[in-house]
Amino acid sequence: MNAQENLKKIVEKIYNDMINTKIPSVELPARIKSNIIFDEKYRVWRYGNEKSLRSAVSLAGAVSLLRMLYTIEFINQMIEQRKSSTLREMYYISEGWGEAKFESQDESDKLAEDLEILASALREDFKLRPEEDGASIIGDIVIEEVTRKGERKRIHCQDDVGDSGYSIPYNVEKDKIKFIETGANKIIAIETGGMFDRLIENGFDERSNSILIHLKGQPARSTRRLIKRMNEELNLPVIVFTDGDPWSYRIYASIAYGAIKTAHISEYLATPSAQFLGVTPSDILAYDLPSDKLTEEDINALNAELTDPRFQDDFWREEIKLQLEINKKSEQQALAKYGLDYVTDVYLPEKMAGMGYEV
Amino acid sequence: MSIAEELAKKQKEISVAEFFERNKQILGFDNLTRALITCVKEAVDNALDACEEGGILPDILVEIKEIKEDEYRIVVEDNGPGIVRSQIPNVFARLLYGSRFHTLRQARGQQGIGISAVVLYSQLTTGKPAVVTSKIGEGFPAHKLEVFIDTKRNLPNVVKEEMIHWEKKSGTRIEVFVRGKYIKNRKQSVYEYLRSTAIVDPHAFITLIEPDGNKIVFERATNEMPPLPKEINPHPHGIEIGMLLRMLKETNARKISTFLANEFSSVSMQKAKEILSKAGISEDARPNEITLEEAKNLIEAFRQTKFLPPPTNCLSPIGEELIRKGLRKETQMLSPEFIAVNTRSPSVFSGTPFMVETGIVYGGNLPAEERVEILRFANRVPLLYQEGGCVITEAIKNIDWRRYGLEQKGGKGLPYGPAIILVHVASVNVPFTSEAKEAIANIDEIEKEIKLSLQECARKMKIHLSKKEKKKRAKDKFILVAKVLPEIAKKSANMLSKSIPDVSKIITKIMNIIWIEDEVITKNGNVESRVYITNYKNKPYSFTIYLEAPKERIISVSPPPVEIRDRVVKWEIKDIKPTEKVELSLALRGDEFENNIYVGKIDPINVIGAEKWEGEE
Repeated sequence: MNAQENLKKIVEKIYNDMINTKIPSVELPARIKSNIIFDEKYRVWRYGNEKSLRSAVSLAGAVSLLRMLYTIEFINQMIEQRKSSTLREMYYISEGWGEAKFESQDESDKLAEDLEILASALREDFKLRPEEDGASIIGDIVIEEVTRKGERKRIHCQDDVGDSGYSIPYNVEKDKIKFIETGANKIIAIETGGMFDRLIENGFDERSNSILIHLKGQPARSTRRLIKRMNEELNLPVIVFTDGDPWSYRIYASIAYGAIKTAHISEYLATPSAQFLGVTPSDILAYDLPSDKLTEEDINALNAELTDPRFQDDFWREEIKLQLEINKKSEQQALAKYGLDYVTDVYLPEKMAGMGYEV
Repeated sequence: MSIAEELAKKQKEISVAEFFERNKQILGFDNLTRALITCVKEAVDNALDACEEGGILPDILVEIKEIKEDEYRIVVEDNGPGIVRSQIPNVFARLLYGSRFHTLRQARGQQGIGISAVVLYSQLTTGKPAVVTSKIGEGFPAHKLEVFIDTKRNLPNVVKEEMIHWEKKSGTRIEVFVRGKYIKNRKQSVYEYLRSTAIVDPHAFITLIEPDGNKIVFERATNEMPPLPKEINPHPHGIEIGMLLRMLKETNARKISTFLANEFSSVSMQKAKEILSKAGISEDARPNEITLEEAKNLIEAFRQTKFLPPPTNCLSPIGEELIRKGLRKETQMLSPEFIAVNTRSPSVFSGTPFMVETGIVYGGNLPAEERVEILRFANRVPLLYQEGGCVITEAIKNIDWRRYGLEQKGGKGLPYGPAIILVHVASVNVPFTSEAKEAIANIDEIEKEIKLSLQECARKMKIHLSKKEKKKRAKDKFILVAKVLPEIAKKSANMLSKSIPDVSKIITKIMNIIWIEDEVITKNGNVESRVYITNYKNKPYSFTIYLEAPKERIISVSPPPVEIRDRVVKWEIKDIKPTEKVELSLALRGDEFENNIYVGKIDPINVIGAEKWEGEE
């Protein structure tokens, strides 16, 4: 297997350094903010050319190398025994690793990401999964999932699921999930559970012929990966519907351009064609939405976004400046001011018409 | 009649009780908790003063018992020289009566309000008299008196008296019943007051019996008594009009010139004449005929004249060694890693001599995230209240502690970190902000001295911390080469099913240093200092090692050094080969020791664990 072979190369590098009486070391892209560059070609965020060296010349570097060896050994075992573990489980397992024991889960999560970079593989290939549950989808799509027992099972994401929809598993690669057919013509990704439920209750998935995805705040890797696959393989456009505050714009950005933490795998996760629907600061004015004042953190975040290359187009610059000017933010559900059906009867059809979709 | 006399007459017309009621707060009786602490404090301060004046090592018992809710019996008993029968009523039951009114000398009590205010407080809150027992020596009987204060006339009222047999050689015992509240585990508590007292009075042995029967003993850390401060005359720059008028009235001198020369410090006959000519007063004028106007002129003349500073032997500093002992004793259970102390030489503000002493305790089990604890003292008396309004706090706030390794927001304000800061201000006349004597006024000279002294301690702390940091780095390298690197070799070899690579050459590469490690082992009251030197360079080296150690304390040295100087032992290390180890050791008398290791004849860049030797080679 590719991942396993690449991991072995890391071990060989460390071993050979020592045979050649060199201080063992491993080179990685520097995982710092200043080393994140925007890839114009793919329109995603990636690591730049700055490198950082994990070298046994310092205790921290040496411990990091030792942890790498232990983790690789652990991953190999899981692959061979066809098991998987959560990142948290790996953190606890390291209790028995002596000097290589992790001090916090933050360290073990980071090392898993380091190995992704070094082995050009995904955490999923390492059988390491996050503990948070995946997001939900509802819509006219048939998915084939390989179950735990190894059987292939087809699920229609409207007819075969309950009100909470189909739960996205941590691994959404082709060996696990295949798209069989779909009658939908777009995807609407929704930030909050309340709005997701509202749209389902109002039958908006059928009425607008959309696949609805509940992001659950900042979306998990598997959610972003699934959106990207549906976008590419099924040719479905993606619309993102969030609250009207700076944090929600970052949710959109992580779907469309990638996030800093996962810059090494942006091309797997980001959907550059995803469009932002709202709530926009202009909407707050246009629909006269109930709003809150911006907090100091909101203002700082908005100012940071003004210098963030991900938001360097006219649309975002104008909206962010407008928001700072009106000093207001609104939630998706503020639309309920005009009644429970307003969002599906008026707001979404109007906004989507502006994007060229008829509902 | 002079104005001053008229004023004095008016003052008498206020009854003592009225005075007390009005001044409850500044006298320290404003709430039940504080009132109880004040009662203990006044009695203990008196006891300590008495013992010291009598040249007796203080042995003080404090016993507090709850009689009923919010009412306590306080007993404070000392082994001091005792008080003669005739003086007992005046000392305990008459306000503003004292022996120290007219002379200047550093002492805990100064105004003669303290203990009689306690008696008055007891009588006003419980209606019970104070019971005083005192014995002045072996072969004398003990007198036991029950006293009240006649609040109208400010005179003692002895309600019961007997002579009893008392086992004690000499001493005084006071027993009062007061309204109060006993509180534990708080900065402002009887316990904390006594703990602080024990720190700055390491020659005292203090026993506290709390209301719940819990007995706490503050051990004596030294048998050395602090030197008894000398009395001095006031300095012309430190005197105010009221005091001058009183001195003029009370003097036996017949000529103003002799009055000035004899009753002021730093004033010669020649200076006296200079002053008088400036003030336009005849040298032969009689002191008691000086008018208010003339007195004012005198004060002005003082201001315009230069004098030598006042003598400073009137001060009784605790001394660096005793502060260290006191701090060590009372912080033992926190096992601090470092204690620094500093005593400044005496200084003067407006004619008043004073001096500052400080100490910093660092590390151990002290809470690392909290604000540092501040222990404030004036003339060896702990100050528990009004921390915010005190020059000591102000001085601490105005030091940039971040430079010295403590946290502090913006380099100003009270620092955070695992430390206790002690500041003692000693003076013949501590400028308190109020009668309660809980905060020292913001005098520039005092603030400056406190800052200088604390910075001296802080520098020592910083050196200690950098040394510790260096040691940690050395330790890290050791773990790296001794444990982690061999494990990397083994693990990677196992995973690839290959033979384990030899890492010894990589170890020399990684270390690339002469590595010096040291330890201090305490045994049987002595210490042994050991220094381990390993050459982790890839060629042999020769150099000199210097270890600081007072010659007079050295018991043995191994291997034989090339030289033992006054404060340093010198070894020559010859041709130490790669990965070779050398061990040096030094046995010393006493338990006070911290290693200071230096290297010579080698570029210190090649060495971890020692500093560059800056002295003679």
